[in-house]
Amino acid sequence: MTNSVTEKSLGRLSVVKRKFFTFNELILENGETLGPITIAYETYGQLNSYRSNAVLVHHALSGDAHAAGYYEGEKDPGWWDSMIGPGKAFDTNEYFVICSNVLGGCKGSTGPSSINPKSGKPYALDFPLITIGDIVNCQKRLIDYLGIEQLLTVVGGSMGGMQALSWLVNYPERIRSAIPIATTAKHSPQQIAFNEAGRLAIMADPNWNFGNYYESKPPAKGLAVARMIGHITYMSDVSMAEKFGRQKKWASQGEKFTADFEVEGYLRYRGDNFVKRFDANTYLYITKAMDHFDGFDGKSAQEAFQHVKAKVMVIAFKSDWLYPAYQSQEIVRACKIADLGISYCEIESTYGHDAFLLEIEEESHLIRHFLKKVFYDYEVIDGYSI
Amino acid sequence: MAIRFDDIQLDHRIILEWVGAGVSVLDLGCGSGELLYLLIKRNKARGHGIEINVEEIYKCVAKGLNILHGNIEDGLEDYKDQSFDYVILNQSLQQIRRVEPVLQDALRVGKKVIVGFPNFAYYRSRLQILFKGKTPVNAALPYQWYETPNLHFLSILDFIEYCRKQKIDIKQTAFLGTSRRLYLFPNVFAQTGIFLISSKKEQSYAI
Repeated sequence: MTNSVTEKSLGRLSVVKRKFFTFNELILENGETLGPITIAYETYGQLNSYRSNAVLVHHALSGDAHAAGYYEGEKDPGWWDSMIGPGKAFDTNEYFVICSNVLGGCKGSTGPSSINPKSGKPYALDFPLITIGDIVNCQKRLIDYLGIEQLLTVVGGSMGGMQALSWLVNYPERIRSAIPIATTAKHSPQQIAFNEAGRLAIMADPNWNFGNYYESKPPAKGLAVARMIGHITYMSDVSMAEKFGRQKKWASQGEKFTADFEVEGYLRYRGDNFVKRFDANTYLYITKAMDHFDGFDGKSAQEAFQHVKAKVMVIAFKSDWLYPAYQSQEIVRACKIADLGISYCEIESTYGHDAFLLEIEEESHLIRHFLKKVFYDYEVIDGYSI
Repeated sequence: MAIRFDDIQLDHRIILEWVGAGVSVLDLGCGSGELLYLLIKRNKARGHGIEINVEEIYKCVAKGLNILHGNIEDGLEDYKDQSFDYVILNQSLQQIRRVEPVLQDALRVGKKVIVGFPNFAYYRSRLQILFKGKTPVNAALPYQWYETPNLHFLSILDFIEYCRKQKIDIKQTAFLGTSRRLYLFPNVFAQTGIFLISSKKEQSYAI
């Protein structure tokens, strides 16, 4: 693509730290009360004196609050470091970027692996069924706590995009814009099916023990299979062929059913690695929340968006068959019907669903300019900016 | 950067003058968004563009425009009747496979429609066919036969005749030479025709 990314050197964020915000209780969408709730979050950049430059980044299923920068002594940066930092799409010289771990998560926010104050033990399946709306309600508490009246934007890919949509519908007065990426207003039967296969893999592992494994062995095999299924759906036919081909890992030594092919080894490696950092019960709870999500709350687009004034940019990717472009276009259609300022782009990519983490140049170009427009419209009132 | 009105390309200048201030516009096949940008910036219009080419989308976004990536041939069913003051098809109509449904849709969605296209009956084109026996390549039709995005080759007269048959009201016309408007024998001398049309039959326009 042409003349997109400014050539100014992209800086590195200094060492970042995870912070925690705890509040007493939240009434969940299903009516149950949960509390106390801790939300882990990170921030990058500085909140300006108008408190008008705050960007809330939402992570996807397996993500966490560590979106950018490096933890002390670690060599791998946060999951969207290519997009967040000095001079990057979410330029931390200009914007104050916040990312929090979702409710139900296992990376510092309250979830099924947290201690239930009533029993003194991990919640496990005593943790209530939560929704994307509940996740967003927790984020809203965090934003209140940080003293931000209106966010410049809410942004995220995949499940992160669902949260951005939920903000749009539930807190329209609290956001200036939204950027849902590679996402959907509701899961199709196919998406639910893949999630269900993952969940059943976890629950079929005898170690799962109806969620009570925190004092014994976790259902590592089941969770690894769930993650493998996930990874297959995140890639495309082309990206798998490019990455692995039919390359053999090693000649089998008479053993049957080993990981002969590169792709098998990769999936096993990814699955086994995931187990070290992720909680199986969180996987169950969060995938359920995704499956039940209905971005328009069962209303017509016009009704759901009736108080929305935010500008919206929807981004999809060509080879993403898990969250196909038609689902993004449904969000676009709703925005059009509600007469919102809306932009939509389907980026050329062969990476499949993973593209939202990988197609950095195009994504940066779109977001950088969109955000600038929203930001300067906000800051400059004399009509100078278009 | 200030843009001098005189420096704006002629077809855009005419459209900017036809379209009043503060109107709503839908630009179908808006390319890199130059006209849409001017409509919004100069005429304080509101609206968005639809464009099929992703590289052009990036340019539109860089201009701060609301732009939708899509194929206008997929229809405009999401838009209500008469929901825009103007629907613009500037230099895009001749590149659409099925012209009629798009034009009908544009006339439904827009109170008025602006259509701009290269005039195939431009005299240089006529001469090139007649004397050289070759597909015309000139200022109005700058592409070789093997690379042209144009699918339809129509003349100013063709379009007028079509509007008459379809009971489309021609409200204004502008015929352009290289650098100025032409008034005499436009079907021979104009490289570009621009029409302001509507589906209403209030007044007829005689050329």
